[in-house]
Amino acid sequence: MTQSTITKTERAPGAGIRVALFATCITDTMKPSVPIATVKLLERLGCTVVFPKSQTCCGQIMANTGYFKETVSTVKNFVRSFGDEEYVVAPSGSCVASVRHQHEMIAEHAGDKELAADASSTAKRTYDISEFLVDVLGVTDVGAWFPHKVAYHPSCHGKRFIHLGDRPLQLLQAVGGLQLVDLPGADQCCGFGGTFSLKNSDMSVAMASDKARNVIDSGAEYVVGGDHACLMNIAGVLHRQRSGVKTIHLAEILASTQEEGAR
Amino acid sequence: MTTQRLTPAPPEGAWLGIPPFPKAVKTELENSTQRKNLRHATGTIRAKRAVRASEVHNWEELRTAGEQIKNRVGRHLDHYLEQAEAAMTAAGVHVHWARDGKEANEIVTRIAKEKAVDEVVKIKSMVTQETDLNEHLERNGIAAWETDLAELIVQLGHDLPSHILVPAIHRNRSEVRDIFTAEMGQYGKAAPEGISDDPPELTAAARAHLREKFLRAKMAVSGGNFIVAETGTLVIVESEGNGRMCLTLPETLVSVVGIEKIVPTFQDLEVFLKLLPRSSTGERMNPYTSMWTGVREGDGPQELHVVLVDNGRTDVLADPQGRAALRCIRCSACLNICPVYERAGGHAYGSPYPGPIGAILNPQLRGITSKVDQALPFASTLCGACNEVCPVRIPFTDILVQQRHRVATKKTSKHPTIEQGLMKAAGWVMGDGKHLASVQQGSKLAGRVFGKKWIGPMPVPLVDRWTQARDVEPPPTETFRDWWKRERGDR
Repeated sequence: MTQSTITKTERAPGAGIRVALFATCITDTMKPSVPIATVKLLERLGCTVVFPKSQTCCGQIMANTGYFKETVSTVKNFVRSFGDEEYVVAPSGSCVASVRHQHEMIAEHAGDKELAADASSTAKRTYDISEFLVDVLGVTDVGAWFPHKVAYHPSCHGKRFIHLGDRPLQLLQAVGGLQLVDLPGADQCCGFGGTFSLKNSDMSVAMASDKARNVIDSGAEYVVGGDHACLMNIAGVLHRQRSGVKTIHLAEILASTQEEGAR
Repeated sequence: MTTQRLTPAPPEGAWLGIPPFPKAVKTELENSTQRKNLRHATGTIRAKRAVRASEVHNWEELRTAGEQIKNRVGRHLDHYLEQAEAAMTAAGVHVHWARDGKEANEIVTRIAKEKAVDEVVKIKSMVTQETDLNEHLERNGIAAWETDLAELIVQLGHDLPSHILVPAIHRNRSEVRDIFTAEMGQYGKAAPEGISDDPPELTAAARAHLREKFLRAKMAVSGGNFIVAETGTLVIVESEGNGRMCLTLPETLVSVVGIEKIVPTFQDLEVFLKLLPRSSTGERMNPYTSMWTGVREGDGPQELHVVLVDNGRTDVLADPQGRAALRCIRCSACLNICPVYERAGGHAYGSPYPGPIGAILNPQLRGITSKVDQALPFASTLCGACNEVCPVRIPFTDILVQQRHRVATKKTSKHPTIEQGLMKAAGWVMGDGKHLASVQQGSKLAGRVFGKKWIGPMPVPLVDRWTQARDVEPPPTETFRDWWKRERGDR
């Protein structure tokens, strides 16, 4: 083997791997740059990406508001869309946490044993992007370039429900040009919480404001996270305050290269 | 009121005067002194707990042991309770059973009347907060004096406790000085003239004020952290020594204890005596651990009563998901770590049990008939920080979601609600990619209307709750779905 082919195989750790992208309803609808970045990143790493068109959502907005029966159709649709895939990858720790933690419960609650078994099996094949990169593809350096000062907000569901640990940080540390700065109070929730932000809007605002203040105090140009919903919450406050600090998804940073910038 | 009260009156309406959580929070958030006090105090205890837990090499195994012992207690509660009753009775304890708070209060009052006392000294006790024993005694002409320093601050301040472990966490030392100066003299030994807000001076004033009551009281009322079923031993874990005073000086001691406080054997205590102080105060060991088994002639109280209280606990036990909440050992780690509690404080939860444990326990103990209890399961972002620190591994977020389901089911049982309609609609949209794609036509249209301009405050009901403090990035004119079709075709 010549030197160049070794480099080439090293650059394509995903060669021969088919990935079904779970775009998640929120970024599919509101922030397509996140799933687009996920596609570009995975393809750059050699994966073959497919997008099952029947896919929609993880259903946590209904489940977490207490409407279990109303979540069943979403769980069924998830299993229908992804049940046959070997690797399902989403740019969201929270949606993956819902798939892993709630789908089986919702099916059990509806008394649908078959769906529960299918949901449990599909959940085991569903990964957050940072998990998939570090655990399945075994890469931390994805060849990204992002010459900015960045603070990382570890979103709660990714951190505590699917235990992403320092995977996102490992990935960020390997990004060329990127300067990682400490985020004070990083492990505190941003206050989004789905319908919490409407039912307890005053508390949600209080928490989001504290998070935004910590982001500003960190001196970062960007706050990066693995969940768009949290970023949307934080960005909302940062923009209202005209802070000039932007939010960005981990996949967007990892997708950007010296040749092709983020977004 | 026409009759002169014996003890400082709690605030108007007490717990029942507090509105449901989202509304109560509005007022609490505006109290900047309280927010500063809470941020400082929870931050300090949180950091101490983390250090103390990390010192124990088998901490995670200990948590599992705590979980399993408590699960065993729940599974065989009838057996262990009878075993405990037999052991206590054999040791000379009068054992009473109370179905609810009212019965518990009546038993304690009856004992006080039999002993012809007009005052009792109290060790901090959650279950008597739950049953509102002090006010019941007051109405019967018996003064109940709280002797825990923070409970004293709360009582003298005509206030309500806002934390399980540190009930006056919402007060700072200058507020404490003001309360002591204004109130102490009306109910006993006054605070020294010109007292400063220096903690040693404040504690000295409390010590002198309380000492008078300890030496005078003929009866004490306590709670209990644990009852050992095999030996009938009661255990109280405390920091100030006021408990030791109450447990040893008066002639009669009445301990009011929830039926879930059982541990099977003496050896099981080793797990909890390690878990509890590290999780609660962030100490390796608490300063005072009192254990007593029945009456000893010439040593300590000569008449011991134990009131075993249900007050909703068997209802909790009957719920396969919710029963894990009964494992709680009242350490407060979930409160201290909770970002919602840190900003709201305890009063907003409308119960002596605030924070995550209150959000899952109150709706189960009290039921979900009131708006307060219906709102509590929603008083969380489901961030899961509580799950990680709980010494008995209570799955808070799972129980919160289950309790939300219970509330949603109750609210929609008689007639459909708007929220249910929205959730049903969401269920339809998310049931098929084609449905979602058709709804996205609307978001794309909005995207064309707003262009690149971020959306500011919008006076639309519900939407304004989001936009009151946040701008919204306009939705894109092309969804990911569209992009995929354009760029990758039908793959």
